[in-house]
Amino acid sequence: MLLKNAIDKSTEKDRIRRQLAGRRRWDRLFAFAGLATMVAASLVLLALLGQLVFDGIGRVSWQFLTSYPSRFASEAGILSAWVGTVLVMLLTAMTAIPLGVGAAIYLEEYAPKNWLTDLIEINIANLAGVPSIVYGLMALGLLVYEFHLGQSFLTAGLTLAMLILPMVIIATREALRAVPPQIREAAYAVGSTKWQTVRDHVVPYSMGGILTGIILALSRAVGETAPLITVGALSFIAFLPHPPVTFEFPFLSSQWLFDPFTVMPIQIFNWVSRPQSEFHVNAAAAGVILLVMSLAMNGLAIVIRARFRRQIHW
Amino acid sequence: MNMTTQIYITPAMKAEAKALSFYYGGTVQALKSISLGLADRHATALIGPSGCGKTTFLRCLNRMHDLYPGNRYAGTVVLYPDGTNIVDQTIDPIEIRMRVGMVFQKPNPFPTSIYENVAYGLRIRGSMTRRDLDSAVEQALKDAALWPEVKDRLRDLAFNLSGGQQQRLCIARALATGPEILLFDEPTSALDPTATARIEELVTQLKQRVTIVIVTHNMQQAARVSDYTAFMYEGELVECDRTDRIFTNPSNKLTEEYITGRFG
Repeated sequence: MLLKNAIDKSTEKDRIRRQLAGRRRWDRLFAFAGLATMVAASLVLLALLGQLVFDGIGRVSWQFLTSYPSRFASEAGILSAWVGTVLVMLLTAMTAIPLGVGAAIYLEEYAPKNWLTDLIEINIANLAGVPSIVYGLMALGLLVYEFHLGQSFLTAGLTLAMLILPMVIIATREALRAVPPQIREAAYAVGSTKWQTVRDHVVPYSMGGILTGIILALSRAVGETAPLITVGALSFIAFLPHPPVTFEFPFLSSQWLFDPFTVMPIQIFNWVSRPQSEFHVNAAAAGVILLVMSLAMNGLAIVIRARFRRQIHW
Repeated sequence: MNMTTQIYITPAMKAEAKALSFYYGGTVQALKSISLGLADRHATALIGPSGCGKTTFLRCLNRMHDLYPGNRYAGTVVLYPDGTNIVDQTIDPIEIRMRVGMVFQKPNPFPTSIYENVAYGLRIRGSMTRRDLDSAVEQALKDAALWPEVKDRLRDLAFNLSGGQQQRLCIARALATGPEILLFDEPTSALDPTATARIEELVTQLKQRVTIVIVTHNMQQAARVSDYTAFMYEGELVECDRTDRIFTNPSNKLTEEYITGRFG
């Protein structure tokens, strides 16, 4: 009796092990397939980056960063391009952040749920997928021809702001939605108004997600070329825009907003399309700088996310 | 024959639901004409099987349902002594929530410091000097029996407290603003027995000063902390009586079956 039981148990055990081994095989197979795809993708990326850095790193120098474009490849630099990129990004951020975050807060916290807000929601999701050249055409028609803002920094900043606005709104709404309803109820239960709840709790607790979304949207905008060519970026600017700060009253000047502009991707595009190979080296070097700029922005997003996540865990 | 007569003095009412009905999303009726008085500075327990409407009733008392669209009340809940109708749509729900505090099922402190959690209700009400705020926070934490454990680390994050301490912090947060009624929605369902005992002890102390309504799944808890018990079933109030009578001699058969564990 005892023996029979023991034998029964052991066959059962063998069956379980065989069956488990079969399932484990699929587990390992999938892990291997995943690893292979990951390595393949990383290798391609590394190869591209390696090529770019290999071609361009020799040209990156203080002179390169502080010179205007030139007919001579060895004298040419990216001063007007990187200053342009910084200023355009500044304008984009200054318009897209308040508008996008404000719209998201309204839609998520205040707007009634009806067909109109549903329609707006669907449209924002669609706008995030519209090709950037379409934004360029719209900006050309609206900002350049209709509002007469010219082929200027202002036009460029507003164009890119329109481009990333849907992304900022979507990222902000996601972040706001991640605040658990129990926290909102806790705030309401002590008698706070909707505005106090949003200002003191919902927005601060979702700040990590909001900032991450904003920076990722901006780092997409930093590499945009097509819409800026459409609204009239210059590719050869041998001067800087008017300074925003002056020595005379009122010390702030908006003159630079209406100056002609260029940005890094435009400068790269221009150099690549030249026949001389020296300019191709310049393009690679500018590419390295642009890469550093956008990696720095992504790095900042990671730091901010980590900082806010450390404080808040639901 | 030796007759002993116990004399019960019926306490004044703090609030009274009169034919209160409630509809989720405007159509699903969750409360069916509830009429129930809440004794001033006593604890009333709401018991009943899951889905019977006890939490729904509780959340009517501070208009929590107004946060979600489409919910509708019918009937009245009169708040004494001024006679304000709590569920009157012309009355700002925030005004009601300033008078009626709430403690939730799962401790839900804000992800800020212990101090800020307690101070928040006072801060949003407007200007208060630093000294007044400090002493109000201290008093609320003492009232919630949490002060000795946190007095040296008021700047610490509330999340670093244990579950039971977090729940007492939530009680302190509700007490800080001096509510007239304090609602407890199954406040110990996420806590271990020791933490539960401390919360129950606290409720027993607090009911001498503030009217308490407590929803609980645990009938022993209702028996331990409450003076009155209301038994609800399928959105209706079956019976409400003194707790000792409900648990020893309920007048309704359904109540008897529930408290003896035959269903629910």
